[in-house]
Amino acid sequence: MNERILSLVTWLPAAAAVVLMLFPRGTHRGAEQGDLHYSSDKAFRWFALIVSLAVFVISLHLPAHWDYSHTGFQFEQNFQWISSPSINYHLGVDGISMWLVLLTTLLVPVSVLISWNSIHGRVKEFFVFMLILETAMIGVFVALDLFLFYVFWEMTLIPMALLIGIYGHGRRVYAAVKFFLYTMVASVFMLAAIIWLYLHAGSFDYATIQAKLLDGSVPMGGAAPWLFLGFFIAFAVKVPLFPFHTWLPDAHVEAPTAGSVLLAGVLLKMGTYGLMRFNVGLFPEQARFHAPWIIWLAIIGIIYGALVALVQPNMKKLVAYSSVSHLGFVVLGIFSFTQAGADGAVYQMLNHGISTGALFMLLGMLYDRKHTYEIKEYGGLATPMPVFSTIFLFITLSSIGLPLMNGFVGEFLVLTGAFQAKALYGILATTGVIWSAGYMLWLYQRTFFGEYHAGSHNGHSHGGVLADITLREKFCVVPLVIMALIMGLASPYWMKAIDPASKAINESQPMQRQQAAVVK
Amino acid sequence: MINNAQYFSILPELVLTLVGMIIMMIEPLLGVRNDRKALGYLAFAGCLGALAATFVQLQHQGATYFFDMIRVDAFSIFFHFVVIAISALVCLSSVEYLAAQKIRSGEYFALILFGTVGMCLMSSAIELVMMFIALEISSIATYVLAAYRRRSAASAESSIKYFLLGSFATAFFLYGVALIFGATGSTNVRTIAAAIHTGGASSLTYMALALMFVGMGFKVAAAPFQIWTPDVYEGAPAPVVALMSTGPKAAAFALMLRVLFGAFPALGDWWLPLVWVSAALSMTIGNIGALVQSNVKRLLAYSSIAHAGYLMVAFTSREVVGVSAAIFYAVSYAAMNVGAFAVVSHFGSAGEKFVSVDDYAGLGRKSPVLAATLTIFLLSLIGIPLTGGFFAKFYVFNAALRANLVWLTIIGVVNSAIAAYYYLRLIVVMYMSEGDDSVPVIPVPISVAATLLIAAGTTLYLGIMPGRVLDFATRGAQDLLR
Repeated sequence: MNERILSLVTWLPAAAAVVLMLFPRGTHRGAEQGDLHYSSDKAFRWFALIVSLAVFVISLHLPAHWDYSHTGFQFEQNFQWISSPSINYHLGVDGISMWLVLLTTLLVPVSVLISWNSIHGRVKEFFVFMLILETAMIGVFVALDLFLFYVFWEMTLIPMALLIGIYGHGRRVYAAVKFFLYTMVASVFMLAAIIWLYLHAGSFDYATIQAKLLDGSVPMGGAAPWLFLGFFIAFAVKVPLFPFHTWLPDAHVEAPTAGSVLLAGVLLKMGTYGLMRFNVGLFPEQARFHAPWIIWLAIIGIIYGALVALVQPNMKKLVAYSSVSHLGFVVLGIFSFTQAGADGAVYQMLNHGISTGALFMLLGMLYDRKHTYEIKEYGGLATPMPVFSTIFLFITLSSIGLPLMNGFVGEFLVLTGAFQAKALYGILATTGVIWSAGYMLWLYQRTFFGEYHAGSHNGHSHGGVLADITLREKFCVVPLVIMALIMGLASPYWMKAIDPASKAINESQPMQRQQAAVVK
Repeated sequence: MINNAQYFSILPELVLTLVGMIIMMIEPLLGVRNDRKALGYLAFAGCLGALAATFVQLQHQGATYFFDMIRVDAFSIFFHFVVIAISALVCLSSVEYLAAQKIRSGEYFALILFGTVGMCLMSSAIELVMMFIALEISSIATYVLAAYRRRSAASAESSIKYFLLGSFATAFFLYGVALIFGATGSTNVRTIAAAIHTGGASSLTYMALALMFVGMGFKVAAAPFQIWTPDVYEGAPAPVVALMSTGPKAAAFALMLRVLFGAFPALGDWWLPLVWVSAALSMTIGNIGALVQSNVKRLLAYSSIAHAGYLMVAFTSREVVGVSAAIFYAVSYAAMNVGAFAVVSHFGSAGEKFVSVDDYAGLGRKSPVLAATLTIFLLSLIGIPLTGGFFAKFYVFNAALRANLVWLTIIGVVNSAIAAYYYLRLIVVMYMSEGDDSVPVIPVPISVAATLLIAAGTTLYLGIMPGRVLDFATRGAQDLLR
């Protein structure tokens, strides 16, 4: 079981997607605003929900049977897939990727649930894309063969672009194409670097390449910085690090709610995960050499993202820019090369997935009610929607890093790391925390307090009053609120697995260095 | 001298010729009003028979026949499989197409089979005059096929353009053959190679090589000999374009490889820059030209120029990995392009009315099957993992990097990024534009469905399990370079 568990978690959604494709569409229920409705739509939703919940339950096996005494990869599965070039089907997780897999399997079912009533027309295809996307996202985190990693990496693109392009709002096609081209073009550079490594190290296997690079048996010539940059550009666009972030606000604003949740919650983490696993893990010297300017980009991202978020009139764009700022913290933590920074970075990845995922869902619920994301259309929502307002407040506080909430743990560790690296980094990054409190609380104030103006709304309204959060919607966000609380209170449970893994990555360095350290 | 065993070497060609002649004989016996679907299936069966004959040839590898004119080796067998399979799929996808276009003519299928004979011989000939004859057999069949939409002026224009420029190009090739015969006293590739190896190369030899390169460059639609391609592809019937852009092209590449590596290995340093420049130009001109096309057939025409460029990148490395990459590229390109054109020819419906990119709007909703299969082919043409196109590009750039052709690799990689845009545009239109009901989608008939299934299956098979095909391609490359 331990050997196959990762394959099961990875491929079950894709297998379910194939089954879903073969489902009959049912009888035609007539068109409504140009969208076709079919009698089986309900069955598709339930099927996707049950499958994604099953995947989540199965993935709980990973932390439940985690061997804390073992620092390397666990649940490994490895066999030859293609003989020439020699490509292995090699899966495995360490403490970092294990939790990212869990984050993914948690966010997919709630994304299915949040799309329950907001997707009209082509419902079947929507859930097919979601399930394929889940396979690809999990695959990115569990692949230990560079080629396999690249396959999954590219595989995330198509369903995500289709989710944005078909089910999104206004300028959806523009956003989908921009998203696709940015990521696609950037990852071509990574592919070139991967091929170079294969040609010179003779393998696509992560561990083999890492060992060969670190003991110096691969003649690098002048290629090392280019390889580092090849990987870096692909991940930096995905994160997105300033100045590669311009696709993100477009993609978020136009994406359907579930798309935004998975984009912010998981796809961005693929970038930071890649930076850790490949840029730092394979090229420790280069990473340390390039760290200063990367840190500056991260700090610019933190401050710039926050300032731009502050002035956004569109709440979804505001949260999108806040992601640029928050992901800046993650990159700062990774490249501070301190234990606290690395731990904090990983923790912050999980936090951002949960709190921003929840934020996008809450915004989606508002959109379902009023069909706009413009902040000025809202106000005084605390009166008609008290429960919703409370939940929103919880998530806001988690996002700005209030002590006892998960965000605090991550930001605190990252800032500690930044101060250890250089006081100036820490001082500048800390202002980001202040800004985030500013834009999030201001958003909260403008949306929930003040005068309630009942404008035109539809859907969930009852006699001109906005309906409070429904039971289905509670099922979407309450789990995430609870997670945010538990992760704020009981962080050591997660750190137990994360800490050794991030330590291993942080301490990977070329052989000569290691020997010198021993001699000292 | 010619014993019965010799006929084994041309068994697939014999089967194709025989079935082609049977079709010609049945044709006049059918009533004028009857459709020719049965002949299409007969031609398909003939192709299957030829494939079986190629299997038989697997037992007789590595020998030369007919006074050293024909060689049966892994290389020729591989290309036999590819071109015959292409023709089989084209026959299958033409059956309903001809009915829809109201073309009642059985000779169409006979011509496909005869053309295939030429293509097969192009890959197994090792003697220049034989090569020329094979080239002509295949070309003349395609000239006629290009004109098959008789009611359309574009089709006639296409055929005439193709015929005039094509004869010009084969004349170049023939001129080259004559000169090389003057220089070395032989038309057999091995004798030529040996003569150059011992006696050195005269200016006549260089001239001959250059002239032959022009002729072959035209046949594979490589820049700067690509000008004819968009017009010809636009006018010719869609299934014929599926054939032209894959079958004769793959065969012409086989011929090019036989000539360059068989006859002129010693001049490698001299023809390398030619291929280099031609590859770089083809990729760039093809992709940039495709960016602005609004007609799907023209778009795929420019894309086929670009793909010829990628394929040439492969064998600039002049090693087994490079040649096997080129061979692999030929088969995966054939699968995805035949598939894409099968969709185009079905969707075009009577008179090929719907061939502009905008007509594809909303296809994802109107016909999920057509849209999904076309998406697979387009993703493969982009080179997305898990499709054959990805491994094809991967092997090509892998080979180029191994040979330290860094700049050519960079040009190729940048080009594949540009190419993503125009293929993507079609996918975007299919899925993300609404489209109206003015463009009807005819239900997919069984023969087209079978074509799509085989082409898509092959594309995915090559993308997930490329190992066995690559092994065979490697054996072919070793045979060629031996």
